[in-house]
Amino acid sequence: MPTQGHVIGIVSNLITIAVDGPVSQNEICYISLDDVKLKAEVIKINGKNVFAQVFESTRGLTVGCLVEFTDHLLEVELGPGMLSRNYDGLQNDLDAMTGVFLKRGEMTNPFSYEKKWDFTALAKKADKVQAGDWLGEVPENFIKHKIMVPLKLEGIWQVDSIVAKGSYTVKEPVAVLKNANGQSIKVMMTQYWPVKVPMRGYANKPIAYKPLQTGVRLIDTINPIVEGGTGFIPGPFGCGKTVLQHIIAANAQVDMVIICACGERANEVVEIFKEFPELDDPNTGRKLIERTIIICNTSNMPVAAREASVYTAMTIAEYYRQMGVKILLLADSTSRWAQALREMSNRMEELPGPDAFPMDLTAIIANFYARAGLVELNNGQTGSVTFLGTVSPAGGNMKEPVTESTKKVARCFYALSQQRADSKRYPSIDTIDSYSKYLEYKEVQEYLEENFEPHWIEKIAYIKDILLRGKEAYDQINILGDDSVPIEYHERYWKSELVDFGFLQQDAFDPVDKATPLERQRYMMDIIYNICKADFKFDIFYEVTAYFKKVINIIRQLNFSEFQNEAFKKFEDELQSVLMERKVE
Amino acid sequence: MSRQPPAFKTVYTKIEQITKATCSLKAQGIANEEMATIDGRPAQVVKIQGDLVTLQVFSGTQGIGTDVDVIFLGEPPTLRVGPDLSGRFLNAYGQPIDDGPDLEGIKTAIGGPSVNPVRRAQPSELISTGIAGIDLNNTLVTGQKIPFFADPDQPYNQVMANVALRAQADRIILGGMGLSNDDYLYYRRVFEDAGVLEKITCFINTNDDPPVERLLVPDMVLAAAEYFAVEKKEKVLVLLTDMTLFCDALSIVSNRMDQIPSKDSMPGSLYSDLAKIYEKAAQFQEGSITIIAVTTLSGGDITHAIPDNTGYITEGQLFLRRNTDISKVIVDPFRSLSRLKQLVIGKRTREDHSHVMNAGVRLYSDAANSKTKKENGFDLTDYDERTLKFAYDYALELLAIDINIDMEKMLDKAWELFAKYFERDEVAIKEEIMSKYWPKDAEGLKQKTKDEEQKPEDGKAKAEDGS
Repeated sequence: MPTQGHVIGIVSNLITIAVDGPVSQNEICYISLDDVKLKAEVIKINGKNVFAQVFESTRGLTVGCLVEFTDHLLEVELGPGMLSRNYDGLQNDLDAMTGVFLKRGEMTNPFSYEKKWDFTALAKKADKVQAGDWLGEVPENFIKHKIMVPLKLEGIWQVDSIVAKGSYTVKEPVAVLKNANGQSIKVMMTQYWPVKVPMRGYANKPIAYKPLQTGVRLIDTINPIVEGGTGFIPGPFGCGKTVLQHIIAANAQVDMVIICACGERANEVVEIFKEFPELDDPNTGRKLIERTIIICNTSNMPVAAREASVYTAMTIAEYYRQMGVKILLLADSTSRWAQALREMSNRMEELPGPDAFPMDLTAIIANFYARAGLVELNNGQTGSVTFLGTVSPAGGNMKEPVTESTKKVARCFYALSQQRADSKRYPSIDTIDSYSKYLEYKEVQEYLEENFEPHWIEKIAYIKDILLRGKEAYDQINILGDDSVPIEYHERYWKSELVDFGFLQQDAFDPVDKATPLERQRYMMDIIYNICKADFKFDIFYEVTAYFKKVINIIRQLNFSEFQNEAFKKFEDELQSVLMERKVE
Repeated sequence: MSRQPPAFKTVYTKIEQITKATCSLKAQGIANEEMATIDGRPAQVVKIQGDLVTLQVFSGTQGIGTDVDVIFLGEPPTLRVGPDLSGRFLNAYGQPIDDGPDLEGIKTAIGGPSVNPVRRAQPSELISTGIAGIDLNNTLVTGQKIPFFADPDQPYNQVMANVALRAQADRIILGGMGLSNDDYLYYRRVFEDAGVLEKITCFINTNDDPPVERLLVPDMVLAAAEYFAVEKKEKVLVLLTDMTLFCDALSIVSNRMDQIPSKDSMPGSLYSDLAKIYEKAAQFQEGSITIIAVTTLSGGDITHAIPDNTGYITEGQLFLRRNTDISKVIVDPFRSLSRLKQLVIGKRTREDHSHVMNAGVRLYSDAANSKTKKENGFDLTDYDERTLKFAYDYALELLAIDINIDMEKMLDKAWELFAKYFERDEVAIKEEIMSKYWPKDAEGLKQKTKDEEQKPEDGKAKAEDGS
C-alpha cells in the first residue's frame, strides 16, 4: 500500500505532512482538498514529518487534509504527439484545459491516447537492444519519431516480437523484449522519465564542433555557438533579451525548437502562440509551429511549477535527441527559476547564501547546463541539444549570483549592454564583454577553416580589434576634443561605427534584415573587412564623419534589400563609387 | 473555495502570541488564507502549524488583548462584484467610503487564478493618449501593463489622470495605495469634472490608513476589473498608484514574519508577488484589462529592487524626467519603452511611424553626445549645433508631457523638425519612406531657421520665457 499522510502545517506553498510509512526525497504526492488533488513534491524529510512544495495555490487547505504518495519522482510522459503543443511546467496540455482561467488541480494528458500512429518497425526479432535503441518509427509532423527501448531499462535485451507495419495508439504494445533472466516486458509508444535525472541512452558525448546558424550576425559571425553548445544571455530589462530569443527561435537552423517561458510575461508567449503558426520555417518551408514545443509557466503561475518547467523542457529535448534530432532549447529566464529556489529555501528557513539564494545554486545550474550537448547514439548517429538561457540580473548587476554561477558553466556569454540598448543599437550584445569559448576549440577552428572560409577566425579577430580600437579612439576624441587629435583617430572611430551600424546592428522587425544566412554574413563581412583595411584621404575631421555616415547609410540599405536582387546590386554599385571618391590605392 | 461557512461560528477568546502585525491562537479546521475578525479587526490566516494558527492583522495589533473575540469567516477575502460597482469609492476591504449603499453583487474571492495563456488574445488595439512622448515613441496597447517610473516630486498622478481620461476606456478602476488625502481628492475632482463618474470605481487606501491594508488593494481592483472585462466584455483600464508603497507594506509584513530579506530589504518573493498583480493585465477575445501603474523612484535609481523587479515583469516603462533645457517634465525617450508597441506601430498607425520614431530618438541621442561635448568645453561642429537645436524643439514640441495632439500630427511634426535641421543622409531612413514623407518645402524650413538665427536675442528670450 502506498504511503499516506495528513497535512499538519501550512506556510504559503510549503506544507508539512505527518506520514505513516517510507517516503523518498523528491517523491511526488497528492493532497486531497474537497474534490481536487493538488500535486506536491517532497523537498525535506525530518523523521515522521515531511516537507513538500505544492505546485498550486494552497488557499483553503486545512490541517488534516489527506496526502497520498506515489512512489515516483516528478516525471514526464514521452511519446509521439508532443510537437506543436503548449504545456504548462508540469506537462499539462494547456489547450486541453477548459475555461478562461486555470483551474486548480486540473490535469490533462500530454498527448492524445486515442490517436493512431503509422508504425514501421526498425528492429527485428532476435535483435539485441538496450535502453534508447530504436525499435520503430512513426511520422510526427516532419520528424520520424523513434519508438525506443524504454530509457529506464537496464542491461541487454532481446527483441522477442515486434508488431507489423500498421496503425496503433500510443498505449498499444508494439514490441515485447526479453532478457537473459527470462524477464519479459511489453513496449508501448510512451514511456516515463524523471525530469531531474539526466537521460542516458547514448554511446558518448563528443566535443561539439559545428557552428549553429542562428541568423543573428553578432552571434554567428562574432561569437558563434555550436550545435550541442551552451550559451547564456544576461541583460537588464529592456535590453532586448526576449526579442533576441524570438528571432533565434524563429530562424535557427535546427530540426526542433523547445521554448521554455519560465516565469516570464504571458503576452510574450501569446506572441509565439499567434505568430509561429503563421511564420515559415526557413529550413523546411513548413510552419514554425510544427517544429516547436512550448513549455509555458508564466510569472503569475505557481512558483514551484516554475522550477519544474525548465526540467520538463530539458527532458523533452533529451528525449528527441535520442532520435538523432538537432534541438535548440531556449529558456527565458533562468533567473526566475533561481528565484523560485530562493523562495522555497527561504520558507524552509535554510541558512542563505549570497543575496539570499540557496548555497547549492551554482551546483544546480552547472548540473542543468551539463545536460545539453552533442551525443553519439548507440547506432552511430548523432543528435544535439543546444541550450541558450537568459539571465535577468537584479539591477543589471553582472556580479549577482545567478549570472556568476552561469558564467562558470555556459560556453558562450552574450552580455546585453544597457548603454547599447539606450542608444537603440540592437541587438544590444556587447562585443567587447561577450565571448564564445568555442572559437578556441581546435575542432571548431578546423571546421571553419575547411568548410567555411580559410583564415575566417583571423578576419573576425581583426574586426574585433577594429571595434576595440574604435572605442579607444572615441575616448581620446572625447577627452582631447575633435580637432586636437590626429584625423586617423576619427577614421579609426568611424570604421568601428561602420562595423557596428553596417554589420552588428540588425533590425529585428525588418523582414529581410531580421535574420541573415551564414553565406550572406560572409559576403557582407567581406565588404566591411575590405573597407576597414582600406586607407582613405581626408583633410579635416568633419569630412570623416560625413563620409562614413554616407557609407553606413548605403550599407544599411544593402542590409534591408533581398540578397543579390536588383536593389541590392544597385546599392552595391553606389557603394563602390562612393568608396572610390576617397580611397587611397 | 467551495467550503461553506459554518452556520454557527465558533468564537475563540484565547490568543497565545501577539506581535506587531500578527496574532496566534489554537484553533481547528481552519483553512489557509481564510479571513477572520479579531476584536472586530479584519485579519487573514498566513500560517498554520498543527493547531496553532497565525493571523496577519491588517490594521495592526495595538490594543488587542489576549482575551478578545476571534471569529473565523470561513472564506478568503472577497469582493461583491456587480454593476453597482460603478461610480463607487471603496476602501481596501471593498466597503463603501462614499456614504452610498452596501454593494449587492456576487461575492467573489479576490486574488483568483491566472488566465490560461492559450486563452489570451494578442493585444492589438492602440490606446492613444495625445502625449507624443507616449504615442509616438512608446505606444500603448490594450492588455498591456506598464508603470510610470517617476521621482516623488513629479506630476505622475496628473499625467495618469490625463491618460485615463483620454484613453477611451469603458471602465476605469483606480487603486490608490498610500495616496495622500490631497491626491485622493484630486482624482475625485478630476473624474467628477470630466463627468465620467459612472465608469469609475475607486479602491482607496490613503496614508491615514494602516499600511498593511494596502496589500488588499491591487487584488480588489483586479477582481473588479476581471468582472467588467470577462463578464461584461468591457475595455477596462486599471490605475495603480503608488506600487512602491505597496512593496513597502510587503516588506513590513515579511519582516514581521521573520523572513530572510533579499536585496534592498525586500522579501525574496517580491518578483512573484508583483507578477501576480501585473499579469492580470490581459486581452481577452472581447474585453481587456490594461494596467497603468506608478512606481516612485528614489533619485531616479532604477536598480533598486522595486523598479528592477517591476521592469522585468511589466511590458516596458514610462520614465518621467525633468528636462532643464525646456524646464518641463518629459517622457525620457532613452529609458522609456513600450514592449507591445510593435503590435500596433505601422499596423494601426501610419507606415512611417517606426522609422520616424527610431530616427528621432537616434538624433536626440546624438544631441546628448553633443551636449556632453559642449559641457566639457570643446568646439562644436556644425552637426553638433544642429542636433542641439533639434533636441530643444523635439523636447518642447514632442516629448513634453503637456502635449496633446493626434498621431498624424506627431509624425508630421517630427518630419518637419528633421527637415528643418538635417539632410536626408543624416536622417538615414529607408529610401521608399523618405521619398514619400520628406517635406516638400525642406529648403524653406531650413531658410526659416536661418532667418531666426539672424535675431539670436529673440530666440534666447523665448528660451528663457519657458523656464
